[in-house]
Amino acid sequence: MAIESDVLVIGGGLAGLTSALAAAQADIDVRLVTYKQSTLQQASGLVDVLGYRPNGDGPISNPFEAIPSLPVEHPYQTVGVDAVRTALSLFDEVTDYAGSHTDANALIPTHGGTIKPTARYPQSACAGIASDNRPMLLVGFDSITDFDAPLAADHLTSTGVPFDVRGVTIQFPGDLSADAKVTRYAKLLDTNGDVTVSETGGGGHRPARDALADRVKIYLDDETRVGFPAVLGDANAATVRATLGTSLGADVFEVPMGPPSLPGLRLEDQLFDALSDAGGFIESGNPVIDYTDDGSGTVEKVIVERNGAEIPMRAEQYILATGGLVGKGVESNREGVYEPIFGCHVAHDADRYEWFDEAVFGEHSFARFGVDTDTTLRPVDESGNIEFENLRAAGAVLGGYDYAAEKSASGVSIATGYTAGMNAATTVAQTNNVS
Amino acid sequence: MVSKPHIVVIGGGSTGTGIVRDLAMRGVEVTLLEQGNLTHGTTGRMHGLLHSGGRYAVADQASAKECMLENRVLQDIATHCVEMTGGLFVKRPEDSEEYFQKKLQGCHECDIPAEVLTAEEARAVEPHLAGDIDKAISVPDGAIDPFRLVVANAADAKEHDARIETHSTVTDLLIEDDAVVGVEVKHDSGTGERVHGMTGVTERIYADHVINATGAWAGHIGEMAGVDIAVRPSKGVMTVMNTRQVDTVINRCRPKGDADIVVPHETTAILGTTDVEVDDPEDYPEKQWEVDLMIDTLSELVPMLTDARTIRSFWGVRPLYEPPEVGSDDPTDITRDFFLLDHQERDNLHGLTSIVGGKLTTYRMMAEQITDHICERFGIEEPCRTADEPLPGSNDIRVIDDYMDEFGLRSPIGRRSADRLGSRVDEVLDTDEPNPTICECEGVTRAEVQDAISQSGSDLNAVRIRTRATMGNCQGGICSHRLANELHTTYDESVVIDAWNEILQERWKGQRHALWGQQLSQAMLNYALHATTQNRDHDPAADSSVDFTTFDSGEMQSDSGTTAVGVATDGGTQDGDRV
Repeated sequence: MAIESDVLVIGGGLAGLTSALAAAQADIDVRLVTYKQSTLQQASGLVDVLGYRPNGDGPISNPFEAIPSLPVEHPYQTVGVDAVRTALSLFDEVTDYAGSHTDANALIPTHGGTIKPTARYPQSACAGIASDNRPMLLVGFDSITDFDAPLAADHLTSTGVPFDVRGVTIQFPGDLSADAKVTRYAKLLDTNGDVTVSETGGGGHRPARDALADRVKIYLDDETRVGFPAVLGDANAATVRATLGTSLGADVFEVPMGPPSLPGLRLEDQLFDALSDAGGFIESGNPVIDYTDDGSGTVEKVIVERNGAEIPMRAEQYILATGGLVGKGVESNREGVYEPIFGCHVAHDADRYEWFDEAVFGEHSFARFGVDTDTTLRPVDESGNIEFENLRAAGAVLGGYDYAAEKSASGVSIATGYTAGMNAATTVAQTNNVS
Repeated sequence: MVSKPHIVVIGGGSTGTGIVRDLAMRGVEVTLLEQGNLTHGTTGRMHGLLHSGGRYAVADQASAKECMLENRVLQDIATHCVEMTGGLFVKRPEDSEEYFQKKLQGCHECDIPAEVLTAEEARAVEPHLAGDIDKAISVPDGAIDPFRLVVANAADAKEHDARIETHSTVTDLLIEDDAVVGVEVKHDSGTGERVHGMTGVTERIYADHVINATGAWAGHIGEMAGVDIAVRPSKGVMTVMNTRQVDTVINRCRPKGDADIVVPHETTAILGTTDVEVDDPEDYPEKQWEVDLMIDTLSELVPMLTDARTIRSFWGVRPLYEPPEVGSDDPTDITRDFFLLDHQERDNLHGLTSIVGGKLTTYRMMAEQITDHICERFGIEEPCRTADEPLPGSNDIRVIDDYMDEFGLRSPIGRRSADRLGSRVDEVLDTDEPNPTICECEGVTRAEVQDAISQSGSDLNAVRIRTRATMGNCQGGICSHRLANELHTTYDESVVIDAWNEILQERWKGQRHALWGQQLSQAMLNYALHATTQNRDHDPAADSSVDFTTFDSGEMQSDSGTTAVGVATDGGTQDGDRV
């Protein structure tokens, strides 16, 4: 007996979660299957919509104005700018992200010291915004090699930011090993456990947040905002920032970093919670390995591998949100590029030496690999025919855009995820009404 | 004759640094000039095989014997650069039995310890060998790290008062009457260690003798003095796998051919190679068929290579040379032996000697012969000591275990640091500061990176060859910015950004030949990390024309109306005060 749901979403990243959420909020029975940890843990946690035009112009201050002039094959053009706005409203509803008060992009300093245009940003990044003219102190930890605060400060200055910024490197209090993971720092601050303080720091024991604030205070001059690498707590992140802020007499923020990214993981938690609240069912840790169809272009069921057993799962509508090359929703070998579950067509040059550019940040065609769809996000084959009546695609599995260059990864995932979820839900509702 | 001659050596590969070390140890004043980093030319682009001589045991027994002798010497003096993996010559059913017997006999004739293994015995050594192989011959092949070897030679030469200049291109030879009397050299970023953004300077260095050890570039230097050196550069591809499918050097036992060797090298295995003559050692095509040939042909010996992950490919150019009268058509027929060209005898031009041909395994012997030649000319009677005195890092390899204990280096990362540093582990890792890992793929810590920076300036590529940072699976995806961070505050921000951009491009170069499967996924991840998160591709500092007032200045600012920003969206229901 197969496990059944109205909508089955394959993939637990931003696109899959958003599509499942959209369908679940429309009172449709949704099941989401996800295999490995999503690429959110590799992302900065910033939710970008569009930072640069395909020709490289930018940073764009208003992404919503720029979307209608994108090339027709861009996923934003498939769903339309209104869907982007509606999808972001849903995102804003279920997360605590900031940025919805304006159409303008924010410029947020990231761990390399460059500013990045983004439409939404976590609360933890608010006080770091680059169009705010308050003086800034950046604090790095000598064992966290991903962020060099003095370098980032100097680079921000070179960028011409409208504020004074300095960077200092300090030792994190306590006895974390030199190779401690970011989660260890976060945990120590979350629990606010006692750490040993050196003689010069007064000796004895102090709660971790106070000990950290003590070490920063001596460097604080007239700065009213202080940025740290993104390790400031996990479950209690807001409290950690607030406590540090009170001690320092300044707003405290996090500088987004690469993997493993706590802001990315916190976002994932919020979306999982929202989906559960909306009644969606999540099954994680098991891959979809195959499917069957009815011979006339409708997916009948997919096969999920669970502890070595092959479990069939049936749904009326399926959403493919397995990611791009990074998430392994698009794969390749020396002969070609393919979508591994349903074998959907992925356009690519037959000569694999045409897949890349000679320059590291050149126009890589591999960055645009993915499935092409009809206007309702159903993947199409080489001739433009729908692959399956009841399969839709969302997020990085879609082709035709370079999210890295454009800074559009999150926005496309949210907008296409929302649209795919709503389209699937509408179709299910119609079918149910008919039957 | 001058009492203490000054010699200029051009070329910072194994031959050049070997000569400089030897000359300096014999008390000669010597300057090394290299146009790029040390190992920039052919040395840094080889498969890392420490020959037993087995590969030459049939066709070129003189070379084979030299290889075996020098193989033993390098095990002693370059312990920390060598891994004695052992090697196999594997015969497949379609390979000639007659040649197999010739190979075995040749090894015996050249004093190369060789033993026949049955197919089962060979697979006991290397379980991933194909099921249908016939048999194999075992020989004492090994793996050698050319980067560490050359850096150690240069470092020891420096200890003996040699001057070492990298990123210094010889732009002309200074000629008076019928003699070369020096060189004109352009230092890209001033003399000493390379620093990005420094203005280049041109220097004239006068010398009593100039040695042209530029390998495939020898003809170019020759032209500056009007002498003809017909080097015949021949390119070969090497494809790097992400793990060691084999722990032994695997050679195909057949006369000659492409794609006939797999060398386990550090965390990788390197497949090689091809032999195609090229016109210009700096500009030649790098083709897909060459990479495919490595994988397809070597899969006949090690079938799992078919689906294995490759992380990059690179090409090297052999500096082949033969006296013009030989006239081989096929580059594979050109001898691998080396030639000392005394331009005084050959061209009636004093003051210049060229060395061409040869191979890394015998670099020290070549250097000794050149140095003998120079010493004889200048009446210097100091004997050569390079075969007896260990290189820095190999001074007393037994001390490593003591240091491992002292620094608590029992972790895999510590062990790998110690392997790379050899007996220098003490001076490098003895730090009171935290020593976090910078490159996780290759287990490189901050102390090693800082040690490399102190030797090589702001050049992260030079840091790479000293430490292996950025050379693992992710090819710098995770650690390029960390390496850049390590340059600060020794170097200022603009220097760091230049160095950072440069290492990203350098690492991209070889990955382009491995872009399918997992490595294409990795490439996209790296692109996303560098472009999406770090915005390295559109760094606003590069054009610095951002109008910050047109961007979001934060909710509180816009609420209080202090900054004009864009229009409010229609979706403003989120709770911005959950903090």
